[in-house]
Amino acid sequence: MRSARLARRNVMDRPLESGLSVLLLAFGVGIISLMLLMQRSLTEDLDRNIKDIDLVLGAKGSPLQSILANVYHVDVPTGNIPLAEARKVMRHPYIESSIPLAYGDNYELFRIVGTEASYPEHYGAEVTEGRLFDAPFEVTVGAEAAAATGLSIGDTFFSAHGLKDGTDVHRDKVYTVVGVFGATGSVIDQLLLTSIESVWGVHADIEGADQEITAVLLKKKNPLAILTLPNLLRDTPMQVALPAIEMNRLTQQFGIGLSTLRAVALLIMSLSFVSVFIALFASLRDRRYELALMRTMGAPPRRLFTLVLFEGLWMTVAGIAIGLVLSRLGVVVLAGALADRFHYDVAQLAPVAGEWFLVAAALAVGTLAAALPARSALRIDISNTLGQGR
Amino acid sequence: MLRTQGLRYRYADDGPELAFPDLDVGRGKELLLLGASGTGKTTLLHLIAGMRTPSAGDVRLNGHPFSALSTAERDLARGQHMGIVFQTAHFVRSLTVSENLALARTLAGLEPDEARIESLLAGLGLSHKLNARVDALSVGEQQRVSIARAVVHGPGIILADEPTSALDDTNTDGVLDLLRQQASDSGAALLIVTHDQRLKDRMADRVELTLNPTAA
Repeated sequence: MRSARLARRNVMDRPLESGLSVLLLAFGVGIISLMLLMQRSLTEDLDRNIKDIDLVLGAKGSPLQSILANVYHVDVPTGNIPLAEARKVMRHPYIESSIPLAYGDNYELFRIVGTEASYPEHYGAEVTEGRLFDAPFEVTVGAEAAAATGLSIGDTFFSAHGLKDGTDVHRDKVYTVVGVFGATGSVIDQLLLTSIESVWGVHADIEGADQEITAVLLKKKNPLAILTLPNLLRDTPMQVALPAIEMNRLTQQFGIGLSTLRAVALLIMSLSFVSVFIALFASLRDRRYELALMRTMGAPPRRLFTLVLFEGLWMTVAGIAIGLVLSRLGVVVLAGALADRFHYDVAQLAPVAGEWFLVAAALAVGTLAAALPARSALRIDISNTLGQGR
Repeated sequence: MLRTQGLRYRYADDGPELAFPDLDVGRGKELLLLGASGTGKTTLLHLIAGMRTPSAGDVRLNGHPFSALSTAERDLARGQHMGIVFQTAHFVRSLTVSENLALARTLAGLEPDEARIESLLAGLGLSHKLNARVDALSVGEQQRVSIARAVVHGPGIILADEPTSALDDTNTDGVLDLLRQQASDSGAALLIVTHDQRLKDRMADRVELTLNPTAA
């Protein structure tokens, strides 16, 4: 019988002691792995959606709220801005390109955004069925919004007022689906895009509506735009927010909580290694006679050392494996919650680079925790041990 | 097969030294080492098995001195050429009866040989305990399994340490018969160390040796 197999049997023979060590390690590895996976998903999502957007022009208010509402579509906007005033900024010589956004309604809690063709183009969204919206009240639907609502070409629907409530329905204006976008992994997937005129027309006649929009996504031509535009807008109802800076600030605030969580996870992992160490030491004390017996049957000291080392490794490997499975279950649960609340998909389960380091570190420390008690197996005095009985 | 010459052992550097008589046990022979408590019977058995290092003298197994071997070589030689039955049966608890026997063969460098294990256990009336956990066996069954384990790898010599001291007359006969039969079946020498005077009569026609070590 090979040492690895015998070690596995010995570990399984002590379900309580082994189970506690395995569970502790699984929790430690699981929490760290979950953090790495979520960090990867959120970072990629944040980066993907922020791509080439240097400034966000919107109504005065919280810059972070402006970014979350207008770039990520997970918060309410700070208000509307007059299109005429916004155009002055869009035509500023320091600005290379601009994408206007106007919204205020939803369909089954998926946001209806009035914009131009440049918005889906910015995220590389391609229409896979039908065509892009053109006339007022034509809609092209994002991939996930289409899958969730069941909307397809030719379908008509009424929008509901606001962004978080589906009860106040505008039954006098009908939207018609003319196209569906392919999946992009960006915010486009979660949106229903239409023309800005459609958004105006829902609340008044298109000709009579106040020409207001919600925000403009800006790409700068000149770095001085970041310094110049805030001064330019000082006496207007508008402001520019910098996505990179605001998101950096947000992740730093998250970072304090994440560091605490990481410290707790590392503490749990450390405890698990102490537990492996204690479990093996206690097990060896109980099994000294057994190990001495194996020596009488021909097992050299090195083989006993290997056996105990394998027992520690089995517990470590089991803890790591269960931890990695737990972290994926955690991602699925969290992703479900995020998808329900924000229509964001962060369920990426593929291993993240940091996990390889985590696994290697856990294996190394687990081996060390097992090696110390295993050393005592090298020094067993067969005659004295057998002389003492069980 | 096994020969000891001028064996002496000292428990502590400044303690008395036990001196043991020379032994010569050939294949197929039986030898009873009889001695009262405290005369060093178990110590002698451990010296013979290479589990203790003598302060003087030597143990030769098939002509090769144990003292010339490293610890690992001595362990392997013991595993290959000896089978040991202890006063109280002990096993690897996480393994079944057959797996304990297979382990004895594996550690001796042999294939597990399930057929051999099954046949051996059948001969001992333990076929139905093949896959039982060892801690589920009765004391009598454990003793029979420990005898099976001592012979499963076909050793040249079986060493038994007080195999009958806790048994009544009937069971003493049973265990003794079993040991002699298994030794005879596998052509192994049998060396029993005991203080149990009952064995003296039962092994009267064999080489008998009374162990009386003297303090040096």
